[in-house]
Amino acid sequence: MENLIDALYGIPVAGLVFQFVGYLVAIVPAISPIILQVATPIALAALCAVLCERSGVVNIGIEGIMIAAAFVGWYVGVLLGPSLGGTPSAIFGVTPVLLVALAAALLTGMLVSALHAWLSISVRADQIISGTIINIAAFGLTGYFTSLVSLGSPVGAGGFTRLRLPRELVDLPVLGWILDMFLSQGPIAMSLLVIVVVFQILLFRSRWGLRTRAVGEHPKAADTVGIDVLAVRYRNVILAGVLAGLAGAYLSMEGTNSFQVGMTAGRGYIGLAAMIVGRWSPVGALGAALLFSSTTAVGQSISIFPPSGELGALMAQAPGQLYDALPYLVTIIVLAGVVGRSIPPAADGIPYEREATT
Amino acid sequence: MSVAPDPVVSTPDVVGRARSLARRTWAVAAVPLVSIGLALLTSVFVIYAALLSTGRPLRLELPLEAYAALFDGAFGGFDEIVDTLAQSAPLILGGLSVALAFKAGLFNIGAQGQFLLGALGAVAVGVALKGQPVVIALPLALAAGMLAGAAWGFIPGALKAISGAHEVVTTIMLNYIALAVVAAAVSGPLDTPLSLEPLTDDVGNAALPILVGRNGHAGIVLAFLAVAAVSWLLFRTTRGFEIRTVGANPDAARYAGMRPRLLIVLTMSLAGLLAGASGATVLLGITRNMTAPYATTVGFDSIAVALLARSSPVGVVFAALLFGAMRAGAPLMSIRTLVPRELIDVVQATILLFLVANAVIRRVLALRGVRGGLEGVETITRSYGRDVTVR
Repeated sequence: MENLIDALYGIPVAGLVFQFVGYLVAIVPAISPIILQVATPIALAALCAVLCERSGVVNIGIEGIMIAAAFVGWYVGVLLGPSLGGTPSAIFGVTPVLLVALAAALLTGMLVSALHAWLSISVRADQIISGTIINIAAFGLTGYFTSLVSLGSPVGAGGFTRLRLPRELVDLPVLGWILDMFLSQGPIAMSLLVIVVVFQILLFRSRWGLRTRAVGEHPKAADTVGIDVLAVRYRNVILAGVLAGLAGAYLSMEGTNSFQVGMTAGRGYIGLAAMIVGRWSPVGALGAALLFSSTTAVGQSISIFPPSGELGALMAQAPGQLYDALPYLVTIIVLAGVVGRSIPPAADGIPYEREATT
Repeated sequence: MSVAPDPVVSTPDVVGRARSLARRTWAVAAVPLVSIGLALLTSVFVIYAALLSTGRPLRLELPLEAYAALFDGAFGGFDEIVDTLAQSAPLILGGLSVALAFKAGLFNIGAQGQFLLGALGAVAVGVALKGQPVVIALPLALAAGMLAGAAWGFIPGALKAISGAHEVVTTIMLNYIALAVVAAAVSGPLDTPLSLEPLTDDVGNAALPILVGRNGHAGIVLAFLAVAAVSWLLFRTTRGFEIRTVGANPDAARYAGMRPRLLIVLTMSLAGLLAGASGATVLLGITRNMTAPYATTVGFDSIAVALLARSSPVGVVFAALLFGAMRAGAPLMSIRTLVPRELIDVVQATILLFLVANAVIRRVLALRGVRGGLEGVETITRSYGRDVTVR
């Protein structure tokens, strides 16, 4: 067996490919929890985008909603931490202040999303411009408040902790790393899978889902059969704000325990790409988010534990910064590859205006 | 049949003409001016809210002091005015970049990345030619920056034309990739061995000459020339007409025999060239060398400039002067009143919020006979997610 592997690795150019596959097989069990953690905010952003666009509203402002929610969650923790303290629970490290901070983050997501809903549904502004302005405003406001607050470098609400699986489970062959991936997680990352499945079923198998899709595909027909198009759009866009708020809460309360200006780092936009690649379906969006996160995790792993041998020597020649750019590069390539075959809801981005009844 | 002479033209009625000019100016400028006023007012409450929520004593006069310091820092003297111009010049070029793309119905969020690549191209060639005579070094370094920016704009243009990938997502991804490219280049081949942190050499003879004051570099003149060039392109050439037609109605453009794909690639490349020129002038005129995290917000501010200007090239000058003045005045404001300089980002964002909600403002304030805030650019969402290349 080992002779065979050595022989495969020795083939001139194709050998590098085999070495890379060997490297992937070796590292995937170790990085699998990281893959889900990196995917969580991207997938939640993508789900937010799916819900908005299935209802016919383009939401470029997810990045801004995320940063606003991440900031508010952290800042509520700073304000209430001293008075609400308490001992963290054994599982997930839940404290009263963390729950209040999480609720504040979700509420922020809803409020900012409601602003976008108002601008794009009632004011009928260009939805991409409205979203961009929400991004600029969110980054400006969070930057302003952070520079005021962080003078004393305060401690926020802390963060949710990850579940620790017993060693025997993780060491199971094959099954072990899958369990590790989905269960060695904090509450937000762990609930991602549930949210995706529930959302997928509701969107394609429920009355609400049918109405949502009708409003996004053919609002006039939906209106004719008595669906209140504007109300459905408002409700869904505001509800989608909860998902983006959860993505922001993940960043400042589970992924890290602090807030940094610009910590969303384009994840909201990568979420949009994941939505397109996943063809506007929740499960597809999760798949696309996992693709991007795997690339990120492998890129990080290469710069921390470079592969040995010929392949490692080759990879060491590339500047390390290029591995940071890998997820963005993959996003562009995948997007360019699938976009023609991925068709958005027909009324996506078009404000609905009822014709005057006479 | 004889044509009656136009009374306004035939009788040199100075008062009437001035009144008509004033009315037309008001029609164009009312919504932006009201938005700016409302934004300054809203920011007063943001200052109060920030004071209260961080446990500082409420000082009612603080916003006025902050705005006064902002004004002093931007227009308080000769050096301050020159500084305002130097801060405005890159915003003019970047604003033109975004505005030009808006005219073609494209949303260039990638001005940030194109700016970085422009600066990188300029520093790479500038350092290589720093010992050469100015007449060789400067034009070549500028051209390199513009070409690098154009290349960074060409990519999303070509991706959209070939595969239909929307430029909003691809240009943002390219912004992040540009950061990595700059970091790799500055800490790799362009790094000077003498510095501890990644840093390039000085551009030497490739630097833009300082014309007035401390940093009144020749790039400011270049920015104003670019305004004239873009106006000429858009309103005096066939290509410009085609660009505007594609933006206003892609189907009509296609039926008239224009080629939308070609125009998309051309417009995005030109937009990249302008943003690249913005980066090149900042690098060759002000910073003169490059650090690995090359901090700038010009690319994103350019979007605000283009929106406030409703993508009119002349409007870009006024919008850029406003935002440039705020950038120039912000340091004095934060020194004198301890209000963080990020306040100007808040003002900028609130101006845009009021602009996008302009229909409401016009109704509430009963502004009649004025043009809306953004209707000139509201053609972007139509192309979202759709394959522009297939009919």
